[in-house]
Amino acid sequence: MSAETGSTDFHASSSKALLDPSLRANFRRAMDGLMAKRAAQFPDPVEWDALRTLAASIRARTLAKLPALLEALEARCTANGIRVHWAETVDDANEIVLGILRARGAARLVKGKSMVSEEMHLNDFLEKNGVESLESDLGEYIIQLDGETPSHIIMPAIHKSRQQIARLFGEKIRGAEYTEDVDALTATARRVLRRKFFEAEAGVSGVNIAVAETGTLVLVENEGNGRMSTHVPPVHIALMGIEKVVEKLEDVAPILTVLTRSATGQPVSTYLNLISGPRGPGEKDGPGEVHLVILDNGRSRIFADQEVAATLRCIRCGACMNYCPVYTRVGGHAYEAVYPGPIGSILTPQTEGLAKRHDLPHASSLCHACVEVCPVKIPITQILVTLRKESAHASPEFLVKGAGGGRDRLEDLAWWGWRMAHVSPLLYKAMSLGLRVFGPLLKGGAGPLKAWTQARTMPRRAPRTLHDLASEKGLPDA
Amino acid sequence: MPDARERILGRLRAVKPHAFTPSDFSIVETKTWSPAARLERLRTAMAAVRTEFLDAAAHDWPETVRAFLVAQGARNVAYGPATEAGRLLAAACTRAGAPALVPYDRPIEDLKATLFDDVDAGFTAVRCAIADTGTLVLWPSPEEPRLLSLVPPLHVALLSAATIRDTLLSVLRDEGWAKGLPPNVVLVSGPSKTADIEQTLAYGVHGPKRLVVVLV
Repeated sequence: MSAETGSTDFHASSSKALLDPSLRANFRRAMDGLMAKRAAQFPDPVEWDALRTLAASIRARTLAKLPALLEALEARCTANGIRVHWAETVDDANEIVLGILRARGAARLVKGKSMVSEEMHLNDFLEKNGVESLESDLGEYIIQLDGETPSHIIMPAIHKSRQQIARLFGEKIRGAEYTEDVDALTATARRVLRRKFFEAEAGVSGVNIAVAETGTLVLVENEGNGRMSTHVPPVHIALMGIEKVVEKLEDVAPILTVLTRSATGQPVSTYLNLISGPRGPGEKDGPGEVHLVILDNGRSRIFADQEVAATLRCIRCGACMNYCPVYTRVGGHAYEAVYPGPIGSILTPQTEGLAKRHDLPHASSLCHACVEVCPVKIPITQILVTLRKESAHASPEFLVKGAGGGRDRLEDLAWWGWRMAHVSPLLYKAMSLGLRVFGPLLKGGAGPLKAWTQARTMPRRAPRTLHDLASEKGLPDA
Repeated sequence: MPDARERILGRLRAVKPHAFTPSDFSIVETKTWSPAARLERLRTAMAAVRTEFLDAAAHDWPETVRAFLVAQGARNVAYGPATEAGRLLAAACTRAGAPALVPYDRPIEDLKATLFDDVDAGFTAVRCAIADTGTLVLWPSPEEPRLLSLVPPLHVALLSAATIRDTLLSVLRDEGWAKGLPPNVVLVSGPSKTADIEQTLAYGVHGPKRLVVVLV
């Protein structure tokens, strides 16, 4: 990231990632595995199409009724005893969480996996304020130990090999010996985290789906750490983006089936945790307090622009990154964003602004693989193209933050010249002549062709132009 | 000055409502099986993720469970003493050689250390099951608390084959879940697992290491 402008350079970070053979091997292996498992879950193209049409319709209906659904969710949750908080920015959300913890005197926190908490950089914020915030999802725990951020939204430690994890555990965990045995590594994490669940004074989780009809928070997981974080500590704080709501409880079923099958190739996750309130009368366990923090962080702005609002249909399955040829080769960290891959490349420029993140809409070959596997039919490539266009030339009705922020005057001039040459026959002839005379002098790897020839062979010019050949055949000049 | 809630909702309300088409659930609704096929499907799906099955007769399942727990060397077994299944299990465990039963009859604050450190197994009933995905529906209550099926390393779950339904959608529609849910409902499809290290499947990470379904 450039210190002066705050803008990032995907080209530079991806070039660096491409030179790391172990990173590339780790991602290639993982993505091949995830693609094969997902493909096996959708053997029937007719069923797949009907399912994603249904899931997309549910998510589109959510967006069509969003303000009313959020109000209904708040009302139902409140009636169920869940306290609802609203946050416009990540700073507000962090303060809300800290306020809840301070009120309870809680200084030890366990966390289930939550991408919204990554958006908030919640761990850093809480550590600075004297609260231990421990990730309990195995992948999140691994990267927290190593001071890293997730490289994948579902498999956060996918960039690490078992040898790297074995070394990390050996160095950072007291009493852990170096072992490459996955069962032994898992057992070590279980031993450490059991104590932490036992001692925790509060638990934080994300929300996969919030149901307006019943005031229910749906959490999907395999490990049991989500249940531990939400049922053992006396306080549970759930974090969600404003788009995570659905209208009816029955809407949950189709979303879940496409979510788990798309994400990890599982017909269902091990646990589906439906939370509709704190510990009830007579109940022996469960948190005495459940809080729901509803975060905007730029989402209402995305919602306002119908051309890009489909971004908010996302259910965070990660299939778009698993299938992305760019993501597979450079990994998640090259995007320098909380959400990497195709969904991140449309989401991040909209939340952080195109002025800062105009590199990301170009982090794609527009091959369409992401669109083909998206279970809620987000037109990712179409939105990428819109963002590229609006990054260079903001149209007045376009609402995304920082539109026009990726404008390059030299590029504008070049395209203007190109356009002029194609509307004036005289200029076109002059350009042909110029290219014939000066073209051979242009060398790849330098000057205006440098960017092009870095990864491509130098184009070869035909010895004679089409115009010449046509007039030789006696075709009239139009 | 409006608060965060009003500002967020205000921005959302200011937008012309997005278009949408009604949802057609038929692709999910049409999934049905015969009772025998439902049982077969559930067993296959759950066994694929390392769930163990213990077949038992309706009249003597408590004895089957007792013998199993003894064979596994379980010393302390937590259960809900006020449930019908709990009472039947307790009756079977009065004779010599049975594991000690730990009644989960007080707040977790008074039982936490025992539950985390001394209990080898937790016993719960199952409300119903889902054939489509191989899933048990657990319905925690004051009589059968949430952590019974989560904290002990072995979870023994009593399932009546007659309660196996087709899909999650059919269960939540037929049982009228939309009218309101208890504070917690958990759907369980196997023992705890992870694939966070090199996509390699490992069982028993944070929740139960083993899930045993007692099928009657």
